[in-house]
Amino acid sequence: MALERVPADIRRDGGVARMSDPALIEGIKAAVTIPVMAKARIGHFAEAQVLESLGVDYIDESEVLTPADEVNHIDKWAFTIPFVCGATNLGEALRRISEGAAMIRSKGEAGTGDIKEAVRHLRAINSDIRRITQTDPAERYAWAKQLQASVALVQELAESGHLPVPLFCAGGIATPADAALVMQLGAEACFVGSGIFKSSDPARFARAIVEATTHYRDPQIVAKVSRGLGEAMRGEESSTVETRLADRGW
Amino acid sequence: MTASNGAGRVGVLALQGDVREHVRALAELGAAPVEVRTPANLAAVEAMVLPGGESTTMSLLLESSGLLEPLRGRLRDGMPVFGTCAGMILLAADVLDGRPDQHRLGAIDIAVRRNAFGRQVDSFETDLAVAGLDWPFHAVFIRAPVVESVGPGVEVLSSLTGTDGVARPVVCQQGPVLVTAFHPELSHDLRLHETFLARAGTAPMPCQATQEEA
Repeated sequence: MALERVPADIRRDGGVARMSDPALIEGIKAAVTIPVMAKARIGHFAEAQVLESLGVDYIDESEVLTPADEVNHIDKWAFTIPFVCGATNLGEALRRISEGAAMIRSKGEAGTGDIKEAVRHLRAINSDIRRITQTDPAERYAWAKQLQASVALVQELAESGHLPVPLFCAGGIATPADAALVMQLGAEACFVGSGIFKSSDPARFARAIVEATTHYRDPQIVAKVSRGLGEAMRGEESSTVETRLADRGW
Repeated sequence: MTASNGAGRVGVLALQGDVREHVRALAELGAAPVEVRTPANLAAVEAMVLPGGESTTMSLLLESSGLLEPLRGRLRDGMPVFGTCAGMILLAADVLDGRPDQHRLGAIDIAVRRNAFGRQVDSFETDLAVAGLDWPFHAVFIRAPVVESVGPGVEVLSSLTGTDGVARPVVCQQGPVLVTAFHPELSHDLRLHETFLARAGTAPMPCQATQEEA
């Protein structure tokens, strides 16, 4: 992720958070051989156009930045570059998919180091998916109405039992065990920013969290990578934060 | 170790990447696939798929999980293996434009170039004629590598002509090793997985294969 400040710093600094400087994004692209993702503000399609022109691999239409539109998200079908969008529940996830999101990440509460919002959002998404797989076809219209989502997507979900796009987890992951927890709750991958950079040893934390994500069902490996790791980010209990980033997006 | 149908077990390297899609494709062919994350998992399989994903990440995880040397050993002993996209990069003898510390398994005598077609926005799909398949395979190339050169023992099953007018191999095999530059697991077409299982001697029951073709 090409980002000037991790969410913990954005939270601390206040003010309006925007797309990163193109020079920074280009520098990151030149420095690594892995895919690069960059953030645009919710609804800010001109920032997304700039990011697409820079040749980043994916765009995160992110609530961590200050929203540019309080009603509409970006029409992601107008782009060739894939987007990831946040969601706190299944309805939000399906609305983003209707708008063209190619990946969904549960929002959690970015920059807090508190995992409970990520758990809440993953459980909300996956428990509703499980319920929908138990519906009879007539009940799926009411589910679509309740979720404020497309009937076709609800019908597809009922048949397949999973979102039509990958489901990642972000927001509050601070330890290897946090990563193992959200993977076991059904995330297919994790995004970790502040949890790494605000720890006592970012390089070691990054490696340990990656290993725990791969071996998420093996507590012995999670224990091994956690041993003597140093201090996780201090964090902030999510219910005490002034600005709840997860409430941004509609 | 054998599966219930008497054939050897097939593993999918499950460190990173599109593991689930390969597991699903193999399961549809009746192969009872096993996710391989540890040396103990590896010891329980007779053939392996190395999936698409990000090759330098998988290289790091091969080392940290203790799989690197046991996997090298199994490949030296002739274990059948199918590498797709990043899996092809891992299996190659030489990687151009890789990280200097990236591990090479050297199971097939090819030189590959990472991200040869460009970035994510340059990803594409195309219909490829593949030797041994009766009709074209719909191939999904995502930040895909290409094969820049092949050694004398390598058979090229399909090539793709780039914008520079040069045809480069995208499906190759050498002995028990089959590789594709693209993601056959994303095409809802099981023919390349079927080819691999048949060559690996872990083929599903013939009646299932016939139904699949029908």
